[in-house]
Amino acid sequence: MEKKLFERPFIKKLQAGMPSKFGMKSQAEPITHIDNVPVPELLAEHGSPLYVISEQTIREKYKQARQAFTTRYPKVQFAWSYKTNYLDAVCRIFHQEGSWAEVVSGFEYDKALQNGVKGSQIIFNGPDKTDDDLKKAIENDSLIHIDHFDEMYSIIAISENSGKRPKVAIRVNMDTGVYPMWDRFGFNYENGDAWDAINRIMINKKLDLVGLHTHIGTYMLASNAYKVAAGKMADLAFGIERKYGVNIKYIDVGGGFASRNTLKGAYYPGSDTVPSFEEYAEAISSAILNSELNPRNLPTLILETGRALVDDAGWLLGTVIANKRLSNGNRATIVDVGINLLFTSFWYEHEVYPAAPVSEHMEETTIYGPLCMNIDVLREAIAFPLLKKGDQFVIKRIGAYNMTQWMQFITLRPNVVLIGLDGKVHVIRKKENMELIRQQEVVPDHLK
Amino acid sequence: MMQIKKNIALSNTGFVFNPTTGDSYTINQVGQEILGYLSDNKTVEEITSLMTTTYDIDQASFEKYFFDFISMLRQFELLDENYEN
Ligand SMILES: Cc1ncc(COP(=O)(O)O)c(C=O)c1O
Repeated sequence: MEKKLFERPFIKKLQAGMPSKFGMKSQAEPITHIDNVPVPELLAEHGSPLYVISEQTIREKYKQARQAFTTRYPKVQFAWSYKTNYLDAVCRIFHQEGSWAEVVSGFEYDKALQNGVKGSQIIFNGPDKTDDDLKKAIENDSLIHIDHFDEMYSIIAISENSGKRPKVAIRVNMDTGVYPMWDRFGFNYENGDAWDAINRIMINKKLDLVGLHTHIGTYMLASNAYKVAAGKMADLAFGIERKYGVNIKYIDVGGGFASRNTLKGAYYPGSDTVPSFEEYAEAISSAILNSELNPRNLPTLILETGRALVDDAGWLLGTVIANKRLSNGNRATIVDVGINLLFTSFWYEHEVYPAAPVSEHMEETTIYGPLCMNIDVLREAIAFPLLKKGDQFVIKRIGAYNMTQWMQFITLRPNVVLIGLDGKVHVIRKKENMELIRQQEVVPDHLK
Repeated sequence: MMQIKKNIALSNTGFVFNPTTGDSYTINQVGQEILGYLSDNKTVEEITSLMTTTYDIDQASFEKYFFDFISMLRQFELLDENYEN
């Protein structure tokens, strides 16, 4: 006789009064497959934990975003924000779809080149560009977004010894009515610094001012902030046209659209509060189209959207190590995924699902990672099904920032696989091993 | 031997009611069966043997979950602690 599936015995007191803040909707609905590939198969083949990326989801998300903007504005260009996820396979999907690259370091810059992006389609942001980085970017006709005056003068100095005329934009920060204001990057709009930078570039004549850039923050829940930002950028562009007779080629509004993850401490789930691509697109496009800019000569709109394009395309699969009861009687579940692999658990209340069907019973649980550190908490208090040692689970919407901000801490980083459009599973980053780590270390002779 | 308080009502739809305190509880299938065996005065060994025959679980793992469950019952004061074997 076939034996019945065992679920750990469980009893829960029924509380009178209000259901929890998310109503009675349970999260016990399992995620058994990703793009039709069974989760147990993925884990058996590639080990636990495991990052899984869906090529299909990336392409779908990208098409949704592009559609939202191109139906509202005539000239739109996406630039893939490398820091969000710079695994080559992921970048190449975005580039195939038509994205340029947005990078913030020499390392990311070289990665973009190696991924086949033309120099003239690389946007170089960030406060830390070395002279060597700048030389290379000037040589390749890349779009250099100037962060501060020191950088502007470095570029001018370098250009004097090169036959090239650097193509630059300035990064502008501004008050868009949201707090905190990201004013540490670029030149401020309200206090006149942005105009000061523009004037110096125009008067100096050695640099080609091709664009204006801003990035007002990340996970921005207010689409109106983009309306304010795009309006101020259009005003600057119009001012340049009027004063110098120069048409700015593009306005780059950066990234920052929220993914549908729920922020820690948020009262409503992200899926209910996050604006759609359409809402963001409407806010930005209408602000530029309604500005004083000549409609026959509009600048290209560049978007550096990161998390909103890739978060949904990533899953983190893992296995339960143990169940425990804390001293106050609360349930703790320890899993093989720690904050070393899920950096975004500092920001988000990530959704965790069982990988196989379970009963409807849920217990308030704290989910801990395997690291010997008090901060290694994936979820503080989640209504969670009764998983046992060895049971598998799936963490949803983790494609952004985790595969770049992960830590090699206490243990090694696992495999990353991509499920291709053909349904085949490809390893796109091999799990680390001892040899790889030791290769980087040098033991001095006296310690041998 | 553990014993469930005599006046505890157990429904076969997975509800437990404690008339002394007025508290009710939900319980899953496995918990329900264990509670049933406890009210039938079965011993830990008997329960383990019954459960490991029906369910896909080994003896050591079952005992671990069983004693954890017992401590939950104790916390909810559903066990008759005065019961002497
Ligand atoms: C300049 C710039 N562009 C784009 C992004 C991507 O942002 P997001 O992932 O919020 O869309 C960032 C992230 O901080 C950024 O600093």
